[in-house]
Amino acid sequence: MSQLFFEQLLNGLQLGMFLFLVSAGLTLVFGFMNIINLAHGSLFMIGAYAVAVLTDLTGSFFLGLLLSFPVVAAFALVIELLIIRPLYHRDHLDQVLATFGLILFFNEAVSIVFGRTPLFLNVPEALSGAVQITETFTYPLYRITIIAVGLMVAAVLWFIIVKTRTGMRIRAGTTNPEMIRALGVNIQALNTTIFVVGALFAGLAGGLSAPLTSVEVGMGENLLILSFVCIVIGGIGSIRGALLGALTVGLVDTLGRAFLPDILEQFLDPATANGVGAALSSMSVYLLMIIVLVFKPTGLFPVIKAV
Amino acid sequence: MLSEKHLPAFYALGALLLVVLPWILTAANSSYLISTATRLVIFAIGAVSLDLLIGYTGLVSFGHAAFFGVGAYVVGILAFHNFEDTTVLGFDGTLTGLIVLPLAIVISALFALIIGALALRTKGVYFIMITLSFGQMLFFLFVSLEAYGGDDGMMMFEGRNVLPVIDLNDRITFYYFCLAIFAAFFAFCHRLVRSKFGRVLAAIRQNEDRMTSIGIRPYSAKLLIYVIAGAGAGLAGALMANHTEFVSPGLTHWTKSGDLMIVVILGGIGTLIGPVMGAFVFLLLEEFLPIIFHELGMDLLKEHWRVVFGPILILIVLFAKTGLYGLIFRKNG
Repeated sequence: MSQLFFEQLLNGLQLGMFLFLVSAGLTLVFGFMNIINLAHGSLFMIGAYAVAVLTDLTGSFFLGLLLSFPVVAAFALVIELLIIRPLYHRDHLDQVLATFGLILFFNEAVSIVFGRTPLFLNVPEALSGAVQITETFTYPLYRITIIAVGLMVAAVLWFIIVKTRTGMRIRAGTTNPEMIRALGVNIQALNTTIFVVGALFAGLAGGLSAPLTSVEVGMGENLLILSFVCIVIGGIGSIRGALLGALTVGLVDTLGRAFLPDILEQFLDPATANGVGAALSSMSVYLLMIIVLVFKPTGLFPVIKAV
Repeated sequence: MLSEKHLPAFYALGALLLVVLPWILTAANSSYLISTATRLVIFAIGAVSLDLLIGYTGLVSFGHAAFFGVGAYVVGILAFHNFEDTTVLGFDGTLTGLIVLPLAIVISALFALIIGALALRTKGVYFIMITLSFGQMLFFLFVSLEAYGGDDGMMMFEGRNVLPVIDLNDRITFYYFCLAIFAAFFAFCHRLVRSKFGRVLAAIRQNEDRMTSIGIRPYSAKLLIYVIAGAGAGLAGALMANHTEFVSPGLTHWTKSGDLMIVVILGGIGTLIGPVMGAFVFLLLEEFLPIIFHELGMDLLKEHWRVVFGPILILIVLFAKTGLYGLIFRKNG
């Protein structure tokens, strides 16, 4: 039992890292630019397809991952300049609809180019082993790598936002965009940079997930909606909140699916326990979000906006 | 371009068109399109109900398809138990329309009450994300209902609901039935948005703080309209279940909520008649874009018409915010 629990704990952590990579961009773009971008999930998908194709071309996953960055960045740049920029001062409804249009476009475009059949990618040779954690317990190296990458990104982001001048501007812009514009910061360039960097995180998450899941149309959408849950729980605009929200959601979702039916079996007959358990565990993260919102309607780490 | 004083004539013309539509389609030897026309009318009910939230109250609800799904599942589940001769929560299944349809409305209103009570604690972008999440939650709930087909959904093996005198299994009768319900719902909404309550909603949309300071609690008004809209969507869902004789979690997929929002904005928000036109154009595009692309020899686009529709949507949002309504009518004043 404890070994299974430990394994699920690591799985939850790994899902949490994917969610963090997607949420970080989402929350930065919303916090700083006041833009709600549904197409963030499409950038995840583009990252995954780019890695799949480039790995196939170069024969190396790492080269493929590296080369996917400029591809994702290019897509993000075009999206920012063409679609997002005119939306800065529009209401959220317009942003939702326009970026929803982007999703429709990217999903169909990808299925025109690659077809409906998913692509599959092997875990790279160098990371395909398993790590001996205790005498009897091993865990795939690749999944551990993902957790490490997630933590690294979190650390780098923390450093940039808390310790650098750019980070200071981002924090200032999140609180009061008018003021930092008045102080002569080129906010347009900063906007574009933040959008592209956020997209790169989503693309990285997509690329890393490619060997674990099938690369297919619409693959980023579930993660996108879960990421919304993460940043709502954490408080929109806050990286710390995104990390905390992502880890919580990752753990609750994974552990719920693994153990809720068993736990319920203590109280209910097996058939009912299975049914209720399946229903409850698939809704668990949303229930969590509801509980958080009842007590803190702006999330756990709300960013205070200047009026 | 028409002025808004031509609206009554426009309504009359539209109503006339919808009434004679089955004859036109039969005469044009395309009676298969009656099914599309029925879908249009049902879709329009859902779109009008969403317009109450988005257009009239300024609540961008991104989970409206959830209530559509609840209404459909009420119909589906009762039909399922009627077929299996089993009970659900102690009640027998039934196909009796006079029980099923009101029940579908009440239960979706109840869901809207619970979801709205929680979601309306938040504002702005939080509200968008939370309604989206609630929609997704119900989607996964329906997926996990293995007894009712899980992912695949369930068929209504014994056909549509049964009403006295009216035979819903006849497709022309069913079209007129849906049309009558649509007309009643539209008239109700028309009255509603012009009532005192409607003015409260408009005031909330324009300045919620001011409403609070003159002593009206926005929360109660918003919750009430959310419940009304949810009930409307549930009604549409119940009709859709009857129409297709099939219910599945796909009805509540978040892209369906997106489709409903598209229809509302395409037609013009805050106009009621706009979303109806939006539904008309949306279904027209869905039905005929593939055929047009096929005729043009662009078979690749035939299957993937959304690759064209996506950018069209973006262009509408960026450049034609007033929608079809704004194209046809000049706003008074």
